[in-house]
Amino acid sequence: MTTSAPAQTPRTSPLNWLTAGPLRVLVSLVVPVITFFVLRAAFIFMRDANASKLAIGVVALIIGVGGVWALYLVTDNLVSVLPDRVRESVRPFVFVGPALVILTAYLIYPTLRTVYLSFLDARSENFVGLDNYAFALTSNDMLLALRNNVLWMVFVTGFVVSLGLVIAVMVDRIGRWEPVAKSFIFLPMAISAVGASVIWKFVYSFQPIQRPQIGLLNAIYTALGGDPQGWLIIKPWNNFFLIAIMIWVLTGFAMVVLSAAIKGVPGELLEASRIDGASEIRIFFGVIIPYIRGTLITISTTVLIMVLKVFDIVYIMTNGQFETEVIANRMYREMFSFGNYGHASALAVVLLVAVIPIMIYNIRSLEASRR
Amino acid sequence: MSVGYQSVRTATNDRLRRLLAGTPVRIAVVLIAFIWTLPTAGLLISSLRPLNDIVATGWWTVLAHPFEASIWTVQNYVEVLTSQGLGSAILNSVLVTVPSVVIPITIAAFAAYAFAWLEFPGRRILFTLVVGLMVVPLQMSLVPLLRLYLQIDLNGTFLGLWLAHTGFGLPLAVFLLFGYISTLPGEIIESARVDGASPLTTFSRLVLPLSVPVIASFAIFQFLWVWNDLLVALVFLGTQEEVIVLTARVATLVSRRGEQWHLLTAGAFVNMVVPLLIFFLLQRYFVRGLTAGSVKG
Repeated sequence: MTTSAPAQTPRTSPLNWLTAGPLRVLVSLVVPVITFFVLRAAFIFMRDANASKLAIGVVALIIGVGGVWALYLVTDNLVSVLPDRVRESVRPFVFVGPALVILTAYLIYPTLRTVYLSFLDARSENFVGLDNYAFALTSNDMLLALRNNVLWMVFVTGFVVSLGLVIAVMVDRIGRWEPVAKSFIFLPMAISAVGASVIWKFVYSFQPIQRPQIGLLNAIYTALGGDPQGWLIIKPWNNFFLIAIMIWVLTGFAMVVLSAAIKGVPGELLEASRIDGASEIRIFFGVIIPYIRGTLITISTTVLIMVLKVFDIVYIMTNGQFETEVIANRMYREMFSFGNYGHASALAVVLLVAVIPIMIYNIRSLEASRR
Repeated sequence: MSVGYQSVRTATNDRLRRLLAGTPVRIAVVLIAFIWTLPTAGLLISSLRPLNDIVATGWWTVLAHPFEASIWTVQNYVEVLTSQGLGSAILNSVLVTVPSVVIPITIAAFAAYAFAWLEFPGRRILFTLVVGLMVVPLQMSLVPLLRLYLQIDLNGTFLGLWLAHTGFGLPLAVFLLFGYISTLPGEIIESARVDGASPLTTFSRLVLPLSVPVIASFAIFQFLWVWNDLLVALVFLGTQEEVIVLTARVATLVSRRGEQWHLLTAGAFVNMVVPLLIFFLLQRYFVRGLTAGSVKG
């Protein structure tokens, strides 16, 4: 146990290292480069070629997935020709290296860059100080978007957590049909925001007064004696019709998580309170809720973060028109409709600043629950 | 005898009372499950009705006479899959999704293993940094990455999107895999080392097979995330016919002139069918994966 040198390391002598080394080093350096160019060539080919897409696709998948493994094998091979001591201190970096490189390229560098760009103008040419932040926090458009984001955060989080909790308590009491009921309520989580938006666009659909309504909501509303409404254009209530979609999606998620927590409440604790004569409602607020407090906080913060970054639903339902704009959708429009990278960057930073405290809290509680 | 009768009666009463007490809850649960399913059911039913019917009457009217063959059609699906190009969009989505799931898992597994079982300077700091990146919303990366992609011609390529999804998924993947791999029993990893297995062999023969449960959970989460993603695909892949993914294709159907409900409903359902299959077939992993992954930035 004191020395880690395994018996079979024939390549540690300097002579072997010199003869076998350079060739293997060369191979190891060339192969990744070749892999990269093969990948590039494959995709340029794939975009422009007329050959069967399926065939090209399969080849591309093999190269793409196999290429990653090849990189590790090749570099590990390269490292194992190094002298003993150096080898074992370099090897860990072969394993973590690719992850660190990708994270640097895709998260660390862009984050710093975005912060920098947020102080430059629309085309990132001149320094404009805090102008972009002034826009992000005080312009009329953005005040509306910020208001809407607050509406989303308050109502989605509030409804999702409380509805999820109530349903979790209820399904706990229905016996063997519990998994079935849970499945139906959890199902929207499997549906993309795009799918969910189409589903609800149909529910909200509107026909002129003399025609039969094909949207569920207007059908019910007119059956109750109302005139058909274009739900998505009634300000400011249209925001709530969009918010309802996310509540529909996320409630099942909260329910499943909270249901697992409720089942963790010790039966003796509940029994004891019942013997003491506590009503079910008192048990709920006095025993169950304190017991699952940690889970409640985790689920609330998780939902809060998802809501803060909401994009797809708004993008598809209204694209921010009729005063339904939110931060993430506005950021997308600043990038692609207005070409204002300064504004877009500042909005991203606003999101980051809003997310960070919630997220740190969330990760902390997640790690605490792991122990 | 009368005593026995009495006790039987109280027992029945008890059961009856409990059943009655439970009934409102049952009714409420059934009602909620019904309301929660109704919108999706409406979409599915409408997607199977002819265009003229969809816009003429509400989808619920078919429930009055569901067995008339003439009210059902698969024409909408045929049309979206062929002339509307959803067929090739499905292929694109598969081409985007599979590597976008496999690559981050591979890279994260290697890294998680090193963080958990190999000694190297800066291990704790680097791990904290990686996990800390979970707080960064992917919106922070969009502008600089898009510009970089435009410069090096990665924009609009599958490779570019794979790498983007890999980057955005990595912190969570490392976090989850580390949580699992670090709890593997140290003795077996130590004994493999004593037997002369290299770290790579230990990893591929021992650690990876033992980590299948957590890999499965993350894989399902990442699969759903990528398959259902719209934003990242729109930004880095765009809406060109050759590369457009399913979600983006359905999104363009929405914004197109008028509301062609027969195409929209069928298209949306095509987009939903794979996740729904996974949901029904692998429900336990599905729930576990989504719960574990919900903190993704």
